[in-house]
Amino acid sequence: MVVQEQLRVVRCGGSKLNGSRAVFSADAKYLLCASGDYVKVYSTATEECIHILQGHTNLVTGIQLNPQNHLQLYSCSLDGTIKLWDFTDGILIKTFVVGYKIFAFYSLAGSDDSGFVIIPKNNEEASDSFQLVLVRLTKAPGQEVETKELSLILDDIDHSPKCTAFGREGEYVASVRGLHLSVYFFKKKMTHRFPLSARTVKGANNYFTCVACHPKEDCIASGHKDGKIRLWRNFTHNKEYTFSAMHWHHNAVMDLAFTVEGTNLLSGGLESVLVQWRDGSESKKEFLPRLGSTIEHISVSPDGTLCCTSHAENKITIIQSNLRVSAVIQGLVKGSSVKTGLVVDPRTKALVLNGKPGHLQFFCLQSDKQLYNLDIVQQEYIHQAGLSQTDLVKAAFSAQGNWLATVEQRQEKESDLELQMKLWAYDEQMQSFKLNTRINMPHEDHLTALCFRDTDGVEDGIPTLVTAAKDGRFKVWVFMDESDTDKQSVGWICDFVGSYHNYQANNCCFSEDGSLLAVSFEEIVTVWDSETWDLKCTFCHPPGKIWSLCFGRLICSKYLLGTTDHGFLCCWNLLSCALEWSAQLGVIVLQPDPLSENIAAVSCISEDSDLFVFRPNEPRPLCIQRKVCRGKVQCAVFIPRNVPEAVGSEKYQWLSRSQLYFLTAMQELMTFSTKSPEVRLTPSSKQLAVEESLPMTPFYLLLGKHREQQQLKKDADIGKAVVHSHSAQSSPAVKELLHTPAHVLPSAAFLCSTFINTLLISKENKSNGEVADEVEMESEKAEDESDEDIDHTATEEDPKLTELWGEMTPKLSKSQEKELRKIRKTDYSWISAL
Amino acid sequence: MASYKPVAVLPFPRLGEKVTQDTLYWKGYKTPVQIKEFGAVNKIDFSPVPPHNYAVTASSRIHIYGRYSQEPIKTFSRFKDAAYCATYRDDGKLLVAGSEEGNVRLFDIGGRAALRQFDGHTKAAHVVDFLSDKYRIFSGADDYTSKLWDIPSSSEIVSYSEHTDYVRCGCTSKLNADLFVTGSYDHTVKVFDARTEKSALTIEHGHPVESVLLFPSGGLLVSAGGRYVKVWDILKGGYLLVSLKNHHKTVTCLCLSSSGQRLLSGSLDRHVKIYSTTSYKVVHSFDYAASILSLALAPEDETIIVGMTNGVLNVRHRKHEENKERIPKKRHPAYRTFVKGRNYMPKQEDFFVSKPVRNHLKKYDKLLKSFQVSKALDAVLEVPIRVYTPEITVAVMQELSRRGTLKNALAGRDEKQLGTLLTFLTRHVVEPRFAPVLINVAEMIIDIYLSVAGQSAVVDKQFMRLQEVIEKEIDYQGELLETLGMMDALFATMTSKKVTSLENKSNGISKVVEQDTRN
Repeated sequence: MVVQEQLRVVRCGGSKLNGSRAVFSADAKYLLCASGDYVKVYSTATEECIHILQGHTNLVTGIQLNPQNHLQLYSCSLDGTIKLWDFTDGILIKTFVVGYKIFAFYSLAGSDDSGFVIIPKNNEEASDSFQLVLVRLTKAPGQEVETKELSLILDDIDHSPKCTAFGREGEYVASVRGLHLSVYFFKKKMTHRFPLSARTVKGANNYFTCVACHPKEDCIASGHKDGKIRLWRNFTHNKEYTFSAMHWHHNAVMDLAFTVEGTNLLSGGLESVLVQWRDGSESKKEFLPRLGSTIEHISVSPDGTLCCTSHAENKITIIQSNLRVSAVIQGLVKGSSVKTGLVVDPRTKALVLNGKPGHLQFFCLQSDKQLYNLDIVQQEYIHQAGLSQTDLVKAAFSAQGNWLATVEQRQEKESDLELQMKLWAYDEQMQSFKLNTRINMPHEDHLTALCFRDTDGVEDGIPTLVTAAKDGRFKVWVFMDESDTDKQSVGWICDFVGSYHNYQANNCCFSEDGSLLAVSFEEIVTVWDSETWDLKCTFCHPPGKIWSLCFGRLICSKYLLGTTDHGFLCCWNLLSCALEWSAQLGVIVLQPDPLSENIAAVSCISEDSDLFVFRPNEPRPLCIQRKVCRGKVQCAVFIPRNVPEAVGSEKYQWLSRSQLYFLTAMQELMTFSTKSPEVRLTPSSKQLAVEESLPMTPFYLLLGKHREQQQLKKDADIGKAVVHSHSAQSSPAVKELLHTPAHVLPSAAFLCSTFINTLLISKENKSNGEVADEVEMESEKAEDESDEDIDHTATEEDPKLTELWGEMTPKLSKSQEKELRKIRKTDYSWISAL
Repeated sequence: MASYKPVAVLPFPRLGEKVTQDTLYWKGYKTPVQIKEFGAVNKIDFSPVPPHNYAVTASSRIHIYGRYSQEPIKTFSRFKDAAYCATYRDDGKLLVAGSEEGNVRLFDIGGRAALRQFDGHTKAAHVVDFLSDKYRIFSGADDYTSKLWDIPSSSEIVSYSEHTDYVRCGCTSKLNADLFVTGSYDHTVKVFDARTEKSALTIEHGHPVESVLLFPSGGLLVSAGGRYVKVWDILKGGYLLVSLKNHHKTVTCLCLSSSGQRLLSGSLDRHVKIYSTTSYKVVHSFDYAASILSLALAPEDETIIVGMTNGVLNVRHRKHEENKERIPKKRHPAYRTFVKGRNYMPKQEDFFVSKPVRNHLKKYDKLLKSFQVSKALDAVLEVPIRVYTPEITVAVMQELSRRGTLKNALAGRDEKQLGTLLTFLTRHVVEPRFAPVLINVAEMIIDIYLSVAGQSAVVDKQFMRLQEVIEKEIDYQGELLETLGMMDALFATMTSKKVTSLENKSNGISKVVEQDTRN
């Protein structure tokens, strides 16, 4: 095992949830959505992920419930397969190999052995031409079935699943592309094409974006780039078709969906407003505004109670039919660029980065779940293309996580720059950050870096923050608590402004004990005393500006490291004020581990990024990992582990205390692991096996605990053989109680004592009522069993009977007598049955 | 889901000095009364007994004023040359004064001629005071000596000639009848004990001492000279507690407030500064028309009197709280309407349903929420908001520009609306806190309304005014830049010395690293 240990790059955290339309299960208890190579099953009530269906080897492009069996799910993927799943148990039932990249899959209620897929024409993606074909989903036995029978239905269509829709009872299929709507009628086997003019009268843009078919009537709704929705009727005749237009959206309609009965039409777009059109009329519409970001997909549950919208910010909002948001499933928000970089919240060990516009997201990597969003900008977000929004560009935490500094900026033109720095104090009561100080225009130009001084070691250390900016200055901000004087002001003020020959300040960094501050000014690193703010010394490595800076930690605290834009990694000794060593590696990211002396450097010389882990005082790097990912790594961060992991290999010892995460050019979050994939997956799958689909109510927790306790007890007391039958029996009383309608139950006062007794973890652990029930069950069960088992069951029952009569008969001898009597009784009953 | 977020109005720091308890206290004086004297006022002394008349020494006269009188009640004018330092005795019955010719005269408040005359100083006696046993007088003179006189016998008790320059100030201890302090132009302050032949303590002030003051406890001594006010702890043998340098010219006089909590200093730079005696920070400051020579505070701080070099006596009386007529308040709904049901104690079986707090949006926020941009701008251009809280108007303008709809909101206005907009601009466009937004607004207005220029005389006039304001500001900024350049040149010549301080940098570094390794 130890010998085989290999360092692997693992994708982790927050895969995309909004890639395709999500699907509700028939009873709307589950929401299924494609997420990268997986399909995830969520509970709509608790937002909890219940199953992950793994098996595809490429992006899953579409999912659909099996119309014949509501507990089965079809999924299609770019790997050219269609898979049939039992999503309640998470089992793969069948795989149909098509052999082409599949962009969408549709199946109809009427035809149980066929489905429709969208595949590229001539199997070339580059041709940009796609076709809708019919595939036979043969019922041949075997896990993997090849389906080669393809028959063309529609040619030259759009690859997006939103651009094709099947009409009422599968009589026709409508597909849009460019300026054409094509409708194919299966019975007549003919295609009607309805063109729209490309003329842009009054800025109209008639290009189709999506299409939806009415489930009960012959009506097609189409969305357009200019925000119009057209309702097409009477399209069975090529010439006499009619359409009506509805216009509310000011930007392209991203998705359309009819409710189950077809009475309402839902539409959404960039405005992030869900619009519900009643009876297809323009005047009757309702809105659900401020959903957060662009609505990309809308889907409706088969029972009509819920609908959900998938958003650009990797979020699924579940909405009740009365337009109330009932749940939000939030993945890791990935913006176009992560400007803040990766930051760790020292308090929760959560990964912190840009979230939705103007927000900072706290993402827990252990549970792969967003903890919360912090609204930094606190402005109304206007969803409109072409607006320059206020961006969150920097964030930093103090060492203990008591302070958070954020910088936001908005630049419309070259000249006017709006900058704001905000300092947030952690509020123990609210368990969140609270705005303490707002600083307008902290610098005259873009901020390049900010860092807090680690004040743990220093006595009565005043929280100190340093900001460096392109205006050639670095500023020191200190927290002033003046609440004792007349003026009740508690806030941050500027304490010192430093500059060095008016060069741009590119980076700043405090030493581990906070006594030294290093600020890089273009080609020169300056070191300042943090007590007096005196310039102590300067370093430089002539050709090339210094980009990143960090001090060594622990035993390497005498070293200062910097990287230049010429690719040099330099290490200066602070004792001798001389260059210790330098290496030309093309380092782009330099990240020290907060718990050890290790420093990770990611270099990118050619196309791929390489990782080096080293200690400044050792000549050889600890670990070199070539070809970590394609393209440049954007940023990296060490996240301390809660429990140090046992790493066998000496080489990978650096992974034991903290884990390195990095963000690739494709905005994917990756990490390193030495474990093989199976091992890594086990804990989660084990958890899934235990977890039931029941909502995690407090009541459930109580019962669950109770049940577990019982099971443990049984494990100890009786042999393993009984466990299964018993765990099945222990609940019926409770179950009955919970499932019987309230009006037929006896009064609560009557039931209470019995019920409470079942919850107690008593030594004898059974109330009379329940045991009686159980005995009945047991005997019934026993009757079913064969003769050979008689002796066996008899012995099984012994300990239980001891429990049963234990309360009544304090003495052992008496209980034994009664046991014997009881056994005799049961024996008789069996004999009679036989 | 997330609700509408109202426009964030940036709070700007209030300009001007901060209002503290001290400002309120020291601002509570009426407008000053000016009394013209014949020459520079070198001493003002309040009578310790009610009605607290005060004696003003100026030129060759001593005037006694009543508290509120503009005219002197009494005048002692039998000096051939200048009189100095007229001081009351503790009981307010006797007055002593020095003179240019060197003699010290004792007056009865009721009488006209001097009761006693003490001759012995060969030069002008600038400082005289009663010791606290009431029967002795000390005096200091320009002949470098300080003498002690016995009143009953009108004879000299002792003479000290330890100072090496003019003795110009002094004071006596209120607790010990034998202690007195003198300050001299030889830069020293000496503490004398009448029972000994020599000074008990010498304190080096560092500048010619203009004024000395003992705290009522007798433990602390304040000396003023040059630009410095220094506080010494006598009980520690003249240990310097604090050195204050808040004036930019010589400090001439010192005074304690009646509570002893505040120290006042007057200076030739025309300012009186008030310090807290606990933190020794300036808590308030007064400024006057001319250089200040003398300063006095009436008991209970009822009156501040300042004497200046131009012979003007500036008298400020404390305002007394008058019971202002209460303005009848507007009728609001009765109090009980709001508290109805508030004091209801929920019973045990009650379910508590909390009502969600409703956020009330401002009018402009409501309009912005429904994207009515022009109306929102109109709402913030109404008089109360535009005049009293311009920051709200600017914040809404900024929000509109953020939404990209500022141009729409500004367009399509009639003469009157454009007039108000332009007035607002001319008034605030040069304020640094609003400038970035308002310059943008001004540019847009000019772009939009360029085509209709010349149609309305009113609007054209407004545009001209705006242009004037901006031109003025540009000139002003130019001048500021020039000044900055000059200052930079000055600083550049000064900082050449600093190279030496950087040379021992290696030393500093190694020290720091030593700390590192220790950690």
